[in-house]
This record gives sequence, C-alpha cells and structure tokens, in this order.
Amino acid sequence: MLISVSHQTTYTYEAPVSYALQRIRLQPCNSALQTVRNWSIDVEGGTLETRYADHHGNQVGLICAEKGAQSLKISVGGEVETNDLSGILGKVYGRAPLWYFQQPTALTEAGPLLSDLADTVSGYANELEQFHALSTAILDKVPWVLNETHSETTAEEAVGQASGVCQDHANIFVAAARRLGKPARYVSGYLFMEGRINQDASHAWAEVHIGDLGWVGFDVSNGISPDERYVRLAIGRDAHDAAPVSGLRMGEGDESLIVSLQVQQ
Amino acid sequence: MAENTPFFDEMRRASGVRMPYEDYSTWFDKQDVARLAQKSEEAERFFRRTGITFNVYGQEDAEERLIPFDLVPRILSNSEWTKLARGVEQRVRAINAFLHDIYNRQEILRAGVVPRSLIASNDAFLPQMMDFTPPGGVYTHIVGTDIVRTGENEFYVLEDNARTPSGVSYMLENRETMLQMFPELFSQIKVQRVSDYPKNLRASLEASAPPNCEGRPFVVVLTPGIHNSAYYEHSFLADQMGVELVEGHDLRILDGRIAVRTTRGYRTVDVIYRRVDDAFLDPLSFNPQSMLGVPGIMDIYRSGSITIANAPGTGVSDDKAIYSYMPEIVEFYTGEKAILKNVETHRCSEPDSLAYVLENLSELVVKEVHGSGGYGMLVGPAASKEEIETFRQKLKARPANYIAQPTLSLSTVPIFTEKGLAPRHVDLRPFALVSPGEINIVPGGLTRVALTEGSLVVNSSQGGGTKDTWVLES
Repeated sequence: MLISVSHQTTYTYEAPVSYALQRIRLQPCNSALQTVRNWSIDVEGGTLETRYADHHGNQVGLICAEKGAQSLKISVGGEVETNDLSGILGKVYGRAPLWYFQQPTALTEAGPLLSDLADTVSGYANELEQFHALSTAILDKVPWVLNETHSETTAEEAVGQASGVCQDHANIFVAAARRLGKPARYVSGYLFMEGRINQDASHAWAEVHIGDLGWVGFDVSNGISPDERYVRLAIGRDAHDAAPVSGLRMGEGDESLIVSLQVQQ
Repeated sequence: MAENTPFFDEMRRASGVRMPYEDYSTWFDKQDVARLAQKSEEAERFFRRTGITFNVYGQEDAEERLIPFDLVPRILSNSEWTKLARGVEQRVRAINAFLHDIYNRQEILRAGVVPRSLIASNDAFLPQMMDFTPPGGVYTHIVGTDIVRTGENEFYVLEDNARTPSGVSYMLENRETMLQMFPELFSQIKVQRVSDYPKNLRASLEASAPPNCEGRPFVVVLTPGIHNSAYYEHSFLADQMGVELVEGHDLRILDGRIAVRTTRGYRTVDVIYRRVDDAFLDPLSFNPQSMLGVPGIMDIYRSGSITIANAPGTGVSDDKAIYSYMPEIVEFYTGEKAILKNVETHRCSEPDSLAYVLENLSELVVKEVHGSGGYGMLVGPAASKEEIETFRQKLKARPANYIAQPTLSLSTVPIFTEKGLAPRHVDLRPFALVSPGEINIVPGGLTRVALTEGSLVVNSSQGGGTKDTWVLES
C-alpha cells in the first residue's frame, strides 16, 4: 500500500523564545515492512542543526528555534510503500543487543499491577498466542480513553487508573513482555485509517522478540498485529526513546502545541 | 623506624637506605630540622595563597579545607617507573578497547569473558553511546590509575579511574612548591619534569578533535561551577593550558556545532574537557533537571561534531566488579598478560565469595561496586565490632553491590614530623593522556599519603595528604 503522510507540529510561544531545541524522530526508515519513496522535513522559525542515527538506529534531527521566534513549525511528510507481513519485521538487529530490550526503564518498570497482568498470560505454550492474549488482556484492563494519561504516565500507573491511549498500551505491553522474559520495544509511527484522513496524533505500538520469528508487532489499541496500514517511525525501550518530538525551551511564558496529521492512501 | 614493621618502606630497609632515596637521604641528614619545620609552614601558606583547597563531601560544615602537603618526596627510580608506565599504558589501551567493544559489538560478552550481567546492571552504562565511535576512537582522554606497592617489585592497581580522574593540579602544585622551597635539591638530584603536563594535556585534547574541525582545535574546560569541590582544579587546568573555563550556560548549539559565548560573539568549540558528570551533561538526554550541562550536546556528539573528554559512559570500566575482570580484559584486547597486578577481588554477588567475605569481614576491605573516593567502604582491620555488624547487614541485603579485597600491606614513605621522619602508607596515581596516536604518561603522578599513623586510607576526603612524586632521570 502506498501511504501518504503530511504531519505538521506547530509550537506557538506566548513570549518570544530565547532558546529552544526540539529533537525529532520523524524520518521513517526502510525495512522489510516499508520502503520510503520520498520524505521531506521542513522547519519554519528554526533551523535543523544536525541529523544523525541514534543508538536504536532511528534517524534523529535536532532543531534550534530562531531567537525571538513566536512559533516553530515542523512539517514532515512523504510517501511510504508498505507491505503486509502480519507485523513480522523479523530477525533484524542493530547494535543494541537483545538483552538491552529486556531491561525495564522508568516508564516501563513493572510494579505489582503490571506483574499480575503479565501473569494472567504466563500459561501459554505458543508465544504468538501468548502475546495476542496479552494484547487482549491489556485492552480489557486498560480501555482506550483520551486525555486521562500524559507523556510521563508510567505503564504501572496506566494499569492502575485503567485507562490510556496507544502510548500507554505500548508501554504496558513492553513492560509486561519483559516481565515474561522477552525482549520488547516501543514503536512510534503512523496509522492509515479507512475513511479518516485527518488524525489527532501519531500512533504507537509494540514489538516483542519471539524465538523463530524475530521481532513481531502488536497494536494493543486496535487489537491486531500491524499490517500494511502502518508506517514505522522510530523504536526504543519506551515512549521517551521513540518520541517523535521532544524538546526543551528557555524563556518566559507558555507554549501551545498544535498537531495536524493527514494519513491517506 | 620501618625495619621491624611488616610494611615495605620505600626509603629505608634493614639493609639501609634504598637506592632511589640515597641522594635525598644524604641531603636530608644535613638539614636543620627547625628550618624544615619552617619550610613546611611556608608550604602551607603558599597553598593557602594560591587557593588550592578541597571541599570534603559528606561533612556537615563542608568548609573548604587544605589538603596537607608533606615535604618529603616519594621517589621512584627510572627503571621502577619505566615498568610501571608500561603497565599503565597497557591497561589504558585495554580499557579503551573494552569501552569501544562494550558500546559496539560486545565481543567480550559474546566470548563469555565478562558476564553480560555486569554490563546490564551497570549504572554507568549509557545506552546513548551504543553504536557510536567517538572522534579518533578515544574514550578515556585522561586516566588516573591508582597503584599501590607492597614490596620491591610488587605493584597492584587498585582502581582505574577512567571516568574523571582528579588530582593532577596537586601533582603540579606540589612540584612547584618543592622547586620554590628547595631549589638546591633539584640541582643536586636530577628529577624528571612534570611541568609539561598542561601543554601535553592540551596537545592531546587537540589531537582528539573531530574531523570537521577547522584550524587549530578550540578547547574549553567545562566546570559545574564554583560550588564544585574540584573547581580549583578546573580553573587551574584551564589557566595552565591557556584555554577558556566555561559553564553549561556559556555553551549552545549553533550551525550544527557547539559554540561558546565570547565578548566578540559565538565561537565554535571543538573539544570539551568536561568535569560535569554524565547524568548532568545533557538535560535533553539524561537528567532533565540539570542546569549544568549543554542541551543537545549528545546530538552534536553523535553527529561527530564535538569531542567530549572523557567520553560519556566511560564509568562502565570503573565499576569494581568489572575491575575484578581486568586481567582477562587486558589479555582479551592486547593478547598480553597484564603487567600490573590486580588485587584479589571477591565478588559478593557469587554465593561462595559472599560466604567467605562474611566469615572474614574483620580482615577484608569491602567496597561498593559503584563507589569512589573512599566513601561507603569498610576497612575490616580498622573497623569496630558495631561497624562490622552494620556492614554485614548491608552485605546480606545487597550482595551484588559489593566486592571485597584483602587488606594490602601498603608500602610506606616517611613524612616529616616534629620528631623527625615517620613512615606513613602511600599510593600513587599516575596520569595517562590518550590521543588517537599515542599514550603519554607524566613521569610520577600524585602520591597520596595517609597522615594518621597506621591508617591505610589515603583519600583526601578521608584525611589524606599528598607528596611530590619524583622519577629520577637515571
């Protein structure tokens, strides 16, 4: 499927900004799952200072806002050809070893609630079935509810409050999978939704490393493994690692953020 | 004096004065003790005037305190030093190869030489360094290896200090003080110079500049600020090298590089000798609350456009559990046997070792695997029953957090007291400079001395002092 993405992230500053940085992971990479046909990154109100590959192999950019800027607009987009491999990326490895993806992070530390949730699927012999069951169990326990959680909500907290969005689902999945002894990671990206071009936010799901298959994706929020409607942007051990945009600002006043995202065929 | 003690005195043996100290001893015997006492006071005044002080962590009043200086030099013969220096160089080479491997292919883990858990559980392991090679392939631009001696040819490495070794300013000041106090001594005895260190440090840092550096590399020293206990050293080294001393807020990202604010606008920086800890280096990558670092510096670093000395994440090799594998690490990367010995180390994470350590606490030195500066350690022979019992509980609660070593019979060197010379235990911290082309080790280093009679703890934070360290020309 040829998926077309147009994604604008606009920060508006209450007072002219003195110094602000945004780190972006908004460059999809080629894999068995997808081929990037064309992709561009444009910045208004700032400069793309550098681009590099991070320790997870993500293509990262660092943007510095212009001094005195009232707003910073980051526009990315292009076309990506995707394949339906039932979410199986396969045995593709960067330098980060598998054991690294078995380690918890601050966002994905398993407390008692998460451990209990993971234990409910500990009895499966077939790993694929086990992780589909995990995905279902998470969505049962933590239904999709908007605006109840935020970017710093931990997996354990999201289970506790029994509500969350795709970011929480993915954090919970990787935390639980690690609890079950498997390497797991967080994936950020885009999802094409039939009949709906305009979207509120980018998407997130998880990948777990299963014996013979390698990395396999699970989208808890939608109860499926990713198919040709998914575009992978970045990976990491949790939502922070794979955040499409993260930044830091010095100066007075508040900032507001508007995201505009169109994903279409 | 030292003749009947079990300790190796580096100056006097039963057979008489050891060779490296012969000329000094002859000179000393001709001195008037009252004049030396006066000189000793002069030295203290000199240090106060230059402002060389040290802030002791973990003390309530935390006032700035002078590290006591003893005027009797610690002397090594040229041949003793040559062997030591070869050993340090070998170790430093191995550590750099180890760090590159750990952050890239991890061959040493695959080979099962070092257990994976020691990296996976290592707080100093920085994932952000994976799949990356610093400019020139150098991780530890400055290393301060702690070495102790127990006999004529018995030298042991205690710690490698690949992270941020401090103390080189004391080495330089101690020599300067000795030269001022006893100029005649240096005309009688030929001692190898240490005064080139700042020049060599700068040259070594410049040689490690990133490939896109234009013209002479621009070097800065990054300090956390005047409240840091080693601020004196930061400003001293910047001054001696003739480079800028900066704080995080002086630096920013400009045109894809790191730039420093100057009176004439911003100027590109090529090499940062940073004395800010990893966790505070980049709020965008590590501790987001840090005001001491430079936001985005890791992005510029991974782009290959700045040199950070020492590289982030080098603390992995300072871990004391990793230390216990250092002979294997040296052999794995250099193909040679380690020249310098390791102290026998019991890893309390291993049940048999833990049992042994708990049985023998009163004879062992127990250290935290991530600890430094002599904090949080137990010196069994010097500890009270209560202290030992408290430590026993800590050990049982978190065995993997500790290693234990036999109490070494550290060599002694005399210090000057009102009653004449008196032996005190010493260690040695040579400083190695690593650049892509070479490893340069300043002759001697910093000798730390436990000023309290019988004490084995030389750390300045625990009441130790320092001595000038001489390596004889021949």
